[in-house]
Amino acid sequence: MTNHWVDIKNADVILIMGGNAAEAHPCGFKWVTEAKAHNKAKLIVVDPRFTRSASVADFYAPIRTGTDIIFLGGVIRYLLEKDQIQHEYVKNYTDFSFIVREDFTFEDGIFSGYNADKHNYSKTTWDYELGEDGFVKTDPTLAHPRCVFNLMKHHYERYTPEMVESVCGTPKDKFLKVCEMLASTASPTRAGTILYALGWTQHSIGSQIIRTGAMVQLLLGNIGIAGGGMNALRGHSNIQGLTDLGLMTNLLPGYMTLPSESEQDFGKYIAARASKPLRPNQLSYWQNYGKFHVSLMKSWWGDAATADNNWAYDYLPKLDKPYDMLQVFELMKQGKVNGYIAQGFNPLAAAPDKGKIGASLAKLKFLVVMDPLATETSEFWKNYGAFNDVDPSQIQTEVFRLPTTCFAEEDGSLVNSGRWLQWHWKGAEPPGEARSDLEIMSTLFLKMRKMYAADGGKYPDPIVKLSWPYANPESPTAEELAKEYNGRALSDLADPKDASKIVRKKNEQVAGFAELRDDGSTACGCWIFAGCWTEAGNQMARRDNSDPTGIGQTLNWAWAWPANRRILYNRASCDLNGKPFDARRKLIGWNGQKWGGVDVPDFKVDEAPAGGMGPFIMNPEGVARFFAKGGMAEGPFPVHYEPFETPVGYNPLFPKNPAATSNPGARVFPDDRAMFGKADAFPHVGTTYRLTEHFHYWTKHAHLNAIIQPEQFVEIGEDLAKEVGVVAGERVKVSSKRGHIVAVAVVTKRIKKMTIEGKPVHHVGIPIHWGFKGLTKPGYLANTLTPGVGDGNSQTPEFKSFLVKVEKA
Amino acid sequence: MALQSLDIKRVSATTTPPPGVRVPVTGTVAKLIDVTKCIGCKACQTACMEWNDLRDEVGVNVGVLDNPPDMTEHSWTVMRFSEYENPDGNLEWLIRKDGCMHCEDPGCLKACPSPGAIVQYNNGIVDFHEENCIGCGYCVTGCPFDVPRISKKDNKAYKCTLCSDRVAVGQEPACVKTCPTGAIVFGTKEDMKEHAAERIVDLKERGFAQAGLYDPPGVGGTHVMYVLHHADKPSLYHGLPDNPRISPLVGLWKGVAKPLALAGIAMTALAGFFHYIKVGPNEVTEEDKAAEEEEAGASRHAALLKAPESNANDPNINAQDLPP
Amino acid sequence: MNQPDRDTSKDKIVRYNAGERINHWLVAITFVVLALSGLALFHPAMFWLSFVLGGGPWTRILHPFIGLLMFVCFALLALRFWRHNLIEKNDIGWLKNVGDVINNREENLPPVGRYNGGQKMLFWVMIACMAGLLLSGIVIWRAWFSWLFPIFVIRLAVVLHALCGFVLIAGIVVHIYAAIWVKGTVGAMTRGTVSRAWARKHHADWYRKMTGE
Ligand SMILES: Nc1nc2c(c(=O)[nH]1)N[C@H]1C(S)=C(S)[C@@H](COP(=O)(O)OP(=O)(O)OC[C@H]3O[C@@H](n4cnc5c(=O)[nH]c(N)nc54)[C@H](O)[C@@H]3O)O[C@H]1N2
Ligand SMILES: Nc1nc2c(c(=O)[nH]1)N[C@H]1C(S)=C(S)[C@@H](COP(=O)(O)OP(=O)(O)OC[C@H]3O[C@@H](n4cnc5c(=O)[nH]c(N)nc54)[C@H](O)[C@@H]3O)O[C@H]1N2
Ligand code: HEM
Ligand code: HEM
Ligand code: SF4
Ligand code: SF4
Ligand code: SF4
Ligand code: SF4
Ligand code: SF4
Ligand SMILES: [Mo]
Repeated sequence: MTNHWVDIKNADVILIMGGNAAEAHPCGFKWVTEAKAHNKAKLIVVDPRFTRSASVADFYAPIRTGTDIIFLGGVIRYLLEKDQIQHEYVKNYTDFSFIVREDFTFEDGIFSGYNADKHNYSKTTWDYELGEDGFVKTDPTLAHPRCVFNLMKHHYERYTPEMVESVCGTPKDKFLKVCEMLASTASPTRAGTILYALGWTQHSIGSQIIRTGAMVQLLLGNIGIAGGGMNALRGHSNIQGLTDLGLMTNLLPGYMTLPSESEQDFGKYIAARASKPLRPNQLSYWQNYGKFHVSLMKSWWGDAATADNNWAYDYLPKLDKPYDMLQVFELMKQGKVNGYIAQGFNPLAAAPDKGKIGASLAKLKFLVVMDPLATETSEFWKNYGAFNDVDPSQIQTEVFRLPTTCFAEEDGSLVNSGRWLQWHWKGAEPPGEARSDLEIMSTLFLKMRKMYAADGGKYPDPIVKLSWPYANPESPTAEELAKEYNGRALSDLADPKDASKIVRKKNEQVAGFAELRDDGSTACGCWIFAGCWTEAGNQMARRDNSDPTGIGQTLNWAWAWPANRRILYNRASCDLNGKPFDARRKLIGWNGQKWGGVDVPDFKVDEAPAGGMGPFIMNPEGVARFFAKGGMAEGPFPVHYEPFETPVGYNPLFPKNPAATSNPGARVFPDDRAMFGKADAFPHVGTTYRLTEHFHYWTKHAHLNAIIQPEQFVEIGEDLAKEVGVVAGERVKVSSKRGHIVAVAVVTKRIKKMTIEGKPVHHVGIPIHWGFKGLTKPGYLANTLTPGVGDGNSQTPEFKSFLVKVEKA
Repeated sequence: MALQSLDIKRVSATTTPPPGVRVPVTGTVAKLIDVTKCIGCKACQTACMEWNDLRDEVGVNVGVLDNPPDMTEHSWTVMRFSEYENPDGNLEWLIRKDGCMHCEDPGCLKACPSPGAIVQYNNGIVDFHEENCIGCGYCVTGCPFDVPRISKKDNKAYKCTLCSDRVAVGQEPACVKTCPTGAIVFGTKEDMKEHAAERIVDLKERGFAQAGLYDPPGVGGTHVMYVLHHADKPSLYHGLPDNPRISPLVGLWKGVAKPLALAGIAMTALAGFFHYIKVGPNEVTEEDKAAEEEEAGASRHAALLKAPESNANDPNINAQDLPP
Repeated sequence: MNQPDRDTSKDKIVRYNAGERINHWLVAITFVVLALSGLALFHPAMFWLSFVLGGGPWTRILHPFIGLLMFVCFALLALRFWRHNLIEKNDIGWLKNVGDVINNREENLPPVGRYNGGQKMLFWVMIACMAGLLLSGIVIWRAWFSWLFPIFVIRLAVVLHALCGFVLIAGIVVHIYAAIWVKGTVGAMTRGTVSRAWARKHHADWYRKMTGE
């Protein structure tokens, strides 16, 4: 989230699209209710299904899965055409006037630089035109044909309301009504927020859908203001913490990135990331990358990381490719993986194409499952009749089940969607033999280190020299780890402006990332968390909810990264002179000397507005980008591409170019591609999602949840039910090219037949929560049906749109 | 009655007045369920099970999202989902938390034959005291909202207590505490009505011209009230009664007819007694005997001379006892 | 008193054989239990009567089973006496002059058969009530059957049951009183016989039939 949960109450218009906040985030949804009850906010829901969120919406519009770029592109077109944009904001705080390279092209659905064989792009042309001074050329009059504004306007010309109706299945009048409601927030005194989650991310074009949403928000001047923002409602209670701490295979903590194979040189690695400003007097905060990076390496390898060895740069793996979940299972299936640790993860249930996952696990020599529960993954080898029809005698994988504690049985912190690190305290003692994840991982590590120390090995240093400074090495505490990721001074730190002044004594906790240095004098496990556990103690444990101006800015409640800032880009909530656009919702302002208010300024505190520094300080150009440059895999402007399993068969925008049917930049493994179904055999659109009653594959083990939603079902519309001849309560068989499930049919008015490109299309709603373990009635894993393809950037699987066939069982 | 908040106003099957010296200055309590804010998350349902230590069976799916599909002795509240296509052709998904309404004039209490099995506190809460319940199910018959459920295990009646145990110590009901959206609120009935009025203004502004409060007068008002978008059509909400009242049949059954009938029986017996006092027994007199002897002498029949037992066992005589 | 030519052992007329008597008293005993237990539920003022069956829950449990037992016994009894309770011409006359009956002036009445008009009326009332009690009793039998019926049927049944119960109880009060009032009647149901004079006085036609006219 750029903003935070409580801030939703400040919105005037709330768009829930690509998520179902009421069901998946019922507690956070409270703030939607607050906005409606106390701020007269209007709630819009755009979803293929009429969800529980829609049940309390002021306006609901249906949409075919995977077509949000058409819809949002249509909104962009509407806003530009009707000139319903926040002019001052767009002109000054975005790249509207920036000029793009001449050799950048977009033809018949494909951008310049495409390699059709490799299904990827060379992105050199996707860039701004630079002047002699090294700065981007701009045209503040917006007359230049290649300024971002004109390119964008042209790009979305095709996204007409008629196109929206034909491709998304959204009736034109409903679409226009949504446009109108959103447009009302173009006013500087009205705020609109977008709440989204998997309905946008779980598509082969997921990241681009989100970008399109962000572009709408930028046009409306809704980023950086109270009640605005692009708000990703995150999943697992600490999934935000997971990405923050760099648990994605290509990341390091704090959104730093692992070097690629080609980046063997430390200096170049840093330089590529510490980007110089692209416009005069911009902060370009990533220029500090080196400080964060070196402090991280000091935190990990301590004295073994020295200036001489480039702060242990060689200890870092250099990626030949991303090792995301899909990639790992592909390698496993090819027999290239010996062992796998599933820690708090149930891949047989959670990953796409269960058949492939099971077959891959069967190729392992050993599988370790660290989990408080007996998961499906841990019994992938066992025959559960139709639900898991495998032959155990053919599976040689040795499975170890290590019972762990769960969050309620340990102290620690969780990062919520609003980036708040909130400390929590143990609520119960763990049962039986359960041990904490920390303890198990530490024991494993210590054993491995001992073996490396004794036996050597190919490259033992990164392991043998890893710093392990915990009081009880077998079981580090959450406090120790928290202090470690906050960071501390390794020697007395002198004031850079006055070397005689010591600003931080040796071994003291740093107060924030501004204190970090690239000379090895500081250590910090995660730079964005710097400030969470300072000399003043555990900031995450703070519980003062005072809210001085009543707009939900409780700065003394827990701690938010970065720097306890609650609303990102909050400089953009003020006009050029530093005066809040909307005094009612003032976050910060310029008082003549410095920036201040009820939030921590996302800006250089003493930088006068007159200097022209842009509010988007992480971007080297200081402004927000409509033109993504090389940031995305499939192009700088979002384009609609059909899901890999498309009910239409072609891209309605580029009907004649098969190469542009589905995401040209997506990575698809050949075996997976062979398993894609076609609309003639699988005419219905399947989409998977969660129910408020269950949490994934986990709560089916919990009695209360089992009671309130006991048995697997799928949701189908009344028309489809009639077509296949079932009534509510009867069973249907839902099959994709990869397998089938059988479940009770819930026949509902909430899923309607759509007319897409003149042809009828039915959605089939498939909740994900059932499996063959737990207290609920046994069921099939929904991922038996889903295809093995991910988003072009994040590799998030395309769980939301695939083809199935429904029959009476 | 140790706790003033649980002073009793009415007791089932009791004709004498309950303790009534203390006057509840704060008035009565009410739970207000704002159906228009409810997202059907079932947190309330789950909280109810947790607080009250209830665990229903893990059932099956019968083709709807409602689960368990009905209230049971273990499920004192369930979410009811209704799909409604309004006259504009737009879908509305009306989700109502079902449970005891805590009627001011409770049909269950009226019907209950067992003293003390159902009580109504001064604060308005209607509570079942299972230790006094005999399991007759009359409360089910009496309730206009189809609320009480009799357990197969112990044959006692159960329903929502409005968390009287929590309310007694100044806490709100468990479901209220848990509701993530604030769709359920709890307080004095007056405050809840005010809160509802504000909500109704908001709803009317949003185009629900018929938005209103459900506090049905037919049962004297309720201590669980709903804010509805369509207060003119409560039955849209999974058959919420449009005009609930204690059924006239129940009124008849439990009304004045009963004491009258008792009086009737007593009168009949007394009438007999006084008849006896007045006219005395109807005896066979000497004259009657003489008359009989005379008649017997006049005509004597063989059958009479038979032994009584054989007479009684005469198949012909028995046969005549059978209906045609 | 006894006429010499008369066999005193045959002075009495058999009115009920042993089976009939046992049957009747089974009906009577179950009735008393049912009436008392029923009344316990009927009105709060009577709840103390639940002691009869051992408290409230036992009352609720046993009453319907005893009710079924009573119904079966009563059905047998009613079958036995069916034919004798068909209304005849003289019964109408008897009923018209019920004032005389009450005032012990039976001599003014037309002769009646085995049962008089009042008894016959009561008999049919009993049959109606027992049928009503059975049907309604099943409907309101919460533990076993109530779930089969919609709520309005249950509400109707509960009223009907109470009504039938009331009528039957009142009727049986009359019935019992009549037995006490008309001396010599109880013996018919205890010992099985009545005196010839009793028979002739109260049921002249039956007397004549039994004595062979
Ligand atoms: N109760 C509950 N809450 C949860 C979870 C849970 O398992 N149970 N899981 C947590 C996790 S890990 C996550 S990631 C979040 C996920 O939270 P959400 O993303 O909100 O959850 P989903 O139900 O997967 O999907 C949301 C909605 O997207 C819609 N949708 C599908 N395709 C499209 C599309 O193309 N366009 C649009 N506009 N909408 C589409 C679906 O119909 C669905 O209603 O929830 C978290 N919260
Ligand atoms: N078709 C389809 N598939 C999906 C999705 C979808 O929408 N559609 N959604 C995807 C998404 S967004 C997600 S996040 C995944 C979720 O997939 P998973 O994360 O695999 O699902 P969970 O059931 O939440 O599994 C988490 C496991 O962690 C265990 N656990 C809990 N606490 C602890 C702990 O402290 N330590 C350890 N070691 N284990 C613990 C739980 O017992 C549980 O087994 O599913 C994905 N799969
Ligand atoms: C024929 C079979 C009968 C059945 C199946 C039956 C069943 C019932 C049932 C189920 C009840 C509710 C209480 C309980 O559950 O125990 C009841 C109540 C009652 N029964 Fe019966 N019963 C029968 C016969 C009788 C008879 C013969 C009488 C006596 C006259 C009688 C009088 C009553 C009365 C007075 C009540 C209370 C009604 C009220 O509360 O208003 N029942 N009976
Ligand atoms: C509880 C006390 C009762 C007493 C003292 C009593 C006594 C008697 C007596 C004395 C008779 C003989 C009358 C005659 O032969 O003319 C009689 C007949 C009869 N009794 Fe009862 N009775 C009692 C209860 C009942 C009950 C509860 C029923 C049925 C509901 C019943 C049904 C009958 C019937 C059917 C006859 C035969 C009369 C006829 O068919 O009209 N009695 N009873
Ligand atoms: S996990 Fe439970 S308590 Fe936490 S936000 Fe979700 S629904 Fe609410
Ligand atoms: S907890 Fe609140 S929002 Fe959730 S179902 Fe219950 S009343 Fe509705
Ligand atoms: S709703 Fe039914 S059970 Fe609840 S108080 Fe009213 S009559 Fe009694
Ligand atoms: S079942 Fe109902 S009516 Fe009967 S005693 Fe129990 S509470 Fe009272
Ligand atoms: S008030 Fe208490 S008993 Fe009633 S539904 Fe709520 S939690 Fe359950
Ligand atoms: Mo997730």
